[in-house]
Amino acid sequence: MSLMSLTAVELGKKIKAKEVTVVEAVQEALDAVEKKEKDVNSFVTVMRKEALERAKEVQEKIDNGELTGPLAGVPVAIKDNMCTKGTLTTCSSKILRNFVPTYTAQAVANLEEAGAVIIGKTNMDEFAMGSTTETSAFGPTKNPWNTEHVPGGSSGGSCAAVAAEECSYALGSDTGGSIRQPSSFCGVTGIKPTYGTVSRYGLIAYGSSLDQIGPVAKDVTDCATILEVIASHDTKDSTSVEREDYDFTSALVDDVKGIKIGIPKDYFGEGLDPEVKEAVLAAAKVLEQKGAIVEEFDLSLVEYAIPAYYTIACAEASSNLERFDGVKYGYRAKEYQGLHNMYKKSRSEGFGAEVKRRIMLGSFVLSSGYFDAYYLKALRTKALIKKAFDKAFEKYDIILGPAAPTTAPKLGESLSDPLKMYLGDIYTISVNLAGLPGISLPCGTDSKGLPIGLQLIGDCFAEKKLIRTAYAYEQTREYAHSPLA
Amino acid sequence: MANIISDETIEYVGILAKLELSEEEKENAKKDMGEMLDYIDKLNELDTTGIEPMSHVFPVHNVFREDVVKNGDGREETLANAPERKDDCFVVPKTI
Repeated sequence: MSLMSLTAVELGKKIKAKEVTVVEAVQEALDAVEKKEKDVNSFVTVMRKEALERAKEVQEKIDNGELTGPLAGVPVAIKDNMCTKGTLTTCSSKILRNFVPTYTAQAVANLEEAGAVIIGKTNMDEFAMGSTTETSAFGPTKNPWNTEHVPGGSSGGSCAAVAAEECSYALGSDTGGSIRQPSSFCGVTGIKPTYGTVSRYGLIAYGSSLDQIGPVAKDVTDCATILEVIASHDTKDSTSVEREDYDFTSALVDDVKGIKIGIPKDYFGEGLDPEVKEAVLAAAKVLEQKGAIVEEFDLSLVEYAIPAYYTIACAEASSNLERFDGVKYGYRAKEYQGLHNMYKKSRSEGFGAEVKRRIMLGSFVLSSGYFDAYYLKALRTKALIKKAFDKAFEKYDIILGPAAPTTAPKLGESLSDPLKMYLGDIYTISVNLAGLPGISLPCGTDSKGLPIGLQLIGDCFAEKKLIRTAYAYEQTREYAHSPLA
Repeated sequence: MANIISDETIEYVGILAKLELSEEEKENAKKDMGEMLDYIDKLNELDTTGIEPMSHVFPVHNVFREDVVKNGDGREETLANAPERKDDCFVVPKTI
């Protein structure tokens, strides 16, 4: 049995008990990567040498009692939009293909301080723009459950690496569902925390008001443990929030008696695959049998979330991505005439089609004459969506629904029709607009054998209720390892 | 399609976005942007009179701290990323 089939917390315990060394654990992860990458392509960069050196260093610190945490010595993979000092950070884009950051993202630094060993940087949709990991400049990642299917996106590399058991856990980022949807497609568990919980310092920005870093792992216990480590109040991120609670693992309690769960009727309408619907409703039944109070309700405004999101996210992206101009880092075009032409050529040659599409749309909705009609209208819609959630959370502790309307589509089916691809984000996107925490965890497989994800949504800062509910549900199931595991 | 994107608009947005699109990319961009705007126009069904635009879900305040240098001299590492450098400077095309 591979050490990578264990959860991160289980492996951490074995390391602590000296049943395995950190080097052994890291070597197993690297061997798995070596063996599986040709099939799954989860990684952009594998840090073989650095990881083994670091493993020895961490082992010493465990031995001398400096490192005592649950993740000390456990191998992790990091999405390639989080800066890692001295290690290539590409955002899966040609424009950053040779970029080596001079500092480390705060969330990653927090993990390192807890003794994590980074084994590599994972593939993603270019600049996190996409839902399939097919917009990566380094080729698509494949779904470990069936390599003819996509892993979802944009954190597809992180989720596939966890499902293929190439690492113990991973970090992803979620702007419109980019942790929860690929977690659902890959049969793993992922949390998008309340906005401001995890520092965005060193996370290469896509939509700054929506971006959050979160954990991807095999189970809820791992996710709560990782979140406890990466969450921090950081003065280097002006939107970082000082929370009252960071003790997320204290919510790992198998008890949902009296927890009020609302099921939005509007999440179960047209476009939802019947097999997904059945599995998600069956999960709700399980929670009801465990003592939760489950009710249906009308959330409203669901169909307005996607147009509001794409307006806001693209507007922010067009501004955030202006920094890529071929001057200080990244790709510079070979031939150009003068400064402005160099900017234009470097950007046009360096960005892929989906990124350009979103920058164009964003520039348009922010341009004079359209700013009010599009951008401000979207921000007003966001206010209404937030209000609708506030109203729901007056009545319910948790909102339950699917993470995505379908299971993983086949490779090559999504990119030809961007609008259709965007519609797949319908259940995840409003959570980012309202800043809420959400979790996706496995709740079954469809007739093709592809995983189905259950999404639970909590009120702002109610991660503990979310973790508790997810944990209680998870106790009723066995973790299903993917065929590539 | 209700939103027809003209050649002039695509040119103008290209200038704002600092992107130089090929003829084929321009045609695709016209179609994609038109379709997205048609879709975004759905927001007009909502009455948002009197609703304040919400840029952040939590009240955000300016965060002040003392201006103390905490990081070291990262000049070499920073310049190592330069597409073109000369001594301790980034090289850019002549601007004047």
